[in-house]
Amino acid sequence: MTAVRDPLGRPPALLLLPAVLAVALLTVPLVALVGQTDWAGLPERLATPALREALWLSVLTSTLAMVACLLLGLPLAWLLAKVEFRGRGLVRALITVPLVLPPVVAGIALRAAFGRSGWLGEPVLDLTGFAFPYTTWGVVLAHTFVCLPFVVISIEGGFRSAGSQYDAAAATLGAGRWTTFRRVTVPLALPGIVAGMVLGWARSLGEFGATITFNGNYPGTTQTMPTLIYIARQSDVETAQALSLVMLAISVLVLVALRDRWLGTVKA
Amino acid sequence: MPRPTLLAASLLLALPLAACGGADPGDGSSADGGRLQVLAAASLTDVFDQLASDFEESEGAEVELSFGSSTDLAEQAADGAPGDVLATADETSMTIAEDADAAQDVQVFATNVLTIVVPPGNPADIASLEDLDGATWVRCADEVPCGRVALAVLEDAGVDAEPASLEEDVRAALDKVTSGEADAALVYASDAVAAGDAVESVPIEGAEAQPTSYYLADLAQSEDPELARAWVDYVLGEEGQQALEDAGFTLP
Repeated sequence: MTAVRDPLGRPPALLLLPAVLAVALLTVPLVALVGQTDWAGLPERLATPALREALWLSVLTSTLAMVACLLLGLPLAWLLAKVEFRGRGLVRALITVPLVLPPVVAGIALRAAFGRSGWLGEPVLDLTGFAFPYTTWGVVLAHTFVCLPFVVISIEGGFRSAGSQYDAAAATLGAGRWTTFRRVTVPLALPGIVAGMVLGWARSLGEFGATITFNGNYPGTTQTMPTLIYIARQSDVETAQALSLVMLAISVLVLVALRDRWLGTVKA
Repeated sequence: MPRPTLLAASLLLALPLAACGGADPGDGSSADGGRLQVLAAASLTDVFDQLASDFEESEGAEVELSFGSSTDLAEQAADGAPGDVLATADETSMTIAEDADAAQDVQVFATNVLTIVVPPGNPADIASLEDLDGATWVRCADEVPCGRVALAVLEDAGVDAEPASLEEDVRAALDKVTSGEADAALVYASDAVAAGDAVESVPIEGAEAQPTSYYLADLAQSEDPELARAWVDYVLGEEGQQALEDAGFTLP
């Protein structure tokens, strides 16, 4: 913040003041959350099987959703970044819609398609006896739906900023498109891909609106951390606060761990 | 140079604040008969909507309804949120507002009993609580009032059936049935009436033993205590009680 010797001059107050306000806006609520926590009662509030189940389920479903996002999102991002085709703009616009959708709407839409009486859900239920709602797979589906746009857009950005000159060089050296993708395109865009996956994972960890609408809430199968916090708040604000603290700690830990190992390279 | 820019920045900051501050008193004086803000539990949505329009006509006042979970609303009221009347679907949340000296003259104005709702045609053939075992059914979570009632009713009946989901409020439980996502849900009788033809009701034997009471109170922060009192009297009066009964509530 002390840019005294900056040869370009002092940062103007008109930029500095809003920037400081932005930092305050983002940190004050979190500091207040920590400050208001009843530390003495914390161990007792956190020593519940519900917390352990919800935490495990959150990590499991977010990780599965991230894998699904990578398997589906990487090829789509590559297609959008590297292949000229008609309707590319339309595809990009379509996949961006879930990004701006309120999560509850996402849940209702998922229900219309994959619910027990949904377009695809009903025939599948009749044929196989399986339906997504109320299952952990339903949670993964909802998470994937919500975080896939983030992952695709982020990875596409990674592909674009890596440029296409090396792809072209590989092609002139006789590499096919699949080899180029594997040996040149992906390694060059790796920081963007990793950043996209981290973003998708984080978005998925916090996802709640689509999940509770589509899957409901049941400990052990569909109750993730955000759902547990939301339900706990209905009867016991202090437990909800203690659980929120756990969520905050995990988020910070994950970001710090990833920053050192991966995100440092993204800065370049 | 930094001074004028700072000034400009602080002016920009102050502008929206000033706009916010100015809006409230302006709205209050716009209606002739005053303006009433009612904070009410979500399960009262339909009946209070109807009562509000009748009340607006007879009193010439403007009624603004804010629906939510009883706990949320009581916490807001205890926190000094603007409002004239608070109506909750349980005693526990009303106590939150009472303990903060926000709620005054607390009274019971209606009760509600639990019922089973099923989709039209009752595809899973649910005739009693026992039939829930093995079906895809939902109820409210243990943490919310309708969940506590459901637990008590199930225990009374000695039924130990696992729900597919524990919903965050009674309307979410109802929604799982109306959208075809569940074979049955445990909701209040008034919710079953509100859903109309979208559901069929299967009465629960012995549910009357676990009624839930609705509480009504004036709020200390009310800017128009007389109008607040008029609303309370209206709800407790003949018309109010008739409307509640028609909506599936039981009278205290």
